[in-house]
Amino acid sequence: MDTKNVPQQNVSTYSGNKKAIYATGKDGQYTIIASSGWSVEAEVTKQALHELERLTDVAYQQVKANKRSPLFYHMYNRRMDLQTLAQSSGFFQWRIKRHFNPAIFKKLTDKTLARYSETLGISLDELCSIPALQPRNNE
Amino acid sequence: MNCAASPHCSHETMSNQEAFQHDHFAHCESGVMSLLLRHHGLKLSEAMVFGLSGGLMFAYIPFVKLGGLPLIAYRTMPRGIIKGLQKNLGIKMKMHKFSKPEKGTRKLNQLLAQGEIVGAQTSVFWLPYFPPEMQFHFNGHNLIIYGKEGDDYLISDPVFETVMRCETSALQKARFVKGVMAPKGLLYYPESVPEEISYETILPKVIRKNAKTMLKTPVPIAGIRGIKALARTIKKLEKKDPRHSRLFLGHIVRMQEEIGTGGAGFRFIYASFLQEAGNMLNNPLLLESSDRMTDVGDQWRDFALMIAKSIRKKQKGEIDFTAIGNSLESVAAAETQVYKHLMQL
Repeated sequence: MDTKNVPQQNVSTYSGNKKAIYATGKDGQYTIIASSGWSVEAEVTKQALHELERLTDVAYQQVKANKRSPLFYHMYNRRMDLQTLAQSSGFFQWRIKRHFNPAIFKKLTDKTLARYSETLGISLDELCSIPALQPRNNE
Repeated sequence: MNCAASPHCSHETMSNQEAFQHDHFAHCESGVMSLLLRHHGLKLSEAMVFGLSGGLMFAYIPFVKLGGLPLIAYRTMPRGIIKGLQKNLGIKMKMHKFSKPEKGTRKLNQLLAQGEIVGAQTSVFWLPYFPPEMQFHFNGHNLIIYGKEGDDYLISDPVFETVMRCETSALQKARFVKGVMAPKGLLYYPESVPEEISYETILPKVIRKNAKTMLKTPVPIAGIRGIKALARTIKKLEKKDPRHSRLFLGHIVRMQEEIGTGGAGFRFIYASFLQEAGNMLNNPLLLESSDRMTDVGDQWRDFALMIAKSIRKKQKGEIDFTAIGNSLESVAAAETQVYKHLMQL
């Protein structure tokens, strides 16, 4: 890639940061160019984010309808899935699945809840409820 | 933001940490190693670090999932660059891992008080200075901690243009997440660096070995065979759930471009390495291979563009999976030629 072809498209996903891209100058020698982003990359980053948001929205509705426990919502809201939550909390997937059940979730000990709140980086109060209005700040 | 400019940095260890210079690089692990080595008196560009460690790879591992999508990597495993450099150059690294977060934080503070500049492995998700839209659960990130001011660590993260700060609790969380590639608080710094490196012998050896690995992996999911396996999978997506297929294609491009790769899944950084090696050894074969690798990188970028266009929501009509698969197959063919050329070194 030629230095003059390094995309400078000010993509939102970089939040004003720049990324180092290797490109060749006029003399054919490689150099590092700070790029404000390529729309192709931004599109696929956003695609992954939107999928996580879609799962979060679905989860929110299920928690609201009391079909799932708040844990189910917070997992997706923290950009995790069952596998990531199991690996980072140390709980087996089947146990977490049980904890998605609102009735079982209500009976969890403080110790178990503390592990989830630590893993997800939210307070116990936040873990046991869902926000009144679902925050969503992008297009 | 520089420690040197701060009036708080008045302890006796200041001189060493003050001397530290941040730089903006493409990739975290090779960038961190380049900065650490330079600080210890061994000048190696990021591209040299990447190439000399034998860092170039391709792996498509369908049975290891990240967020429900398969692992696709364009370089060796995390820590592969550190390990490769130790092996190929005889650099000795001191590495610390910890069972308890508190122990890890104590050791870090102790090292900083001794004036050390320390490399660390972290998660991306829990680093507050990362752009929110880039915070994903990836645990193989690397950065340098070069000092502490109050509750803030002074961070040199080579994928950012300038130095950063991170408060104690956030850095501890980022260093001690559990799960795939858990960092376990890993801290590292060079213990000794070689005074002389005989590039004439090491460079051809490492380059040939890397080319051979790409051409002749015994496993059908790594190297060129891995690229071809991915191309075959793409062609079969036609029969899969359309939403999954779109996510799968986008995921390939994300892995190729999003996480500091220097563009085109490390192919440009490797071309830069081949050029630097060619100039150093005055070797036309290396320079020609560099040009060819640049072409391969351009093809990877075209492939990414082709995917981005086809998965756009506004895009009418069906995705042409066969065309995308074919495009990747021609990338594989072009890359094969570069490695075959390099084998003649």
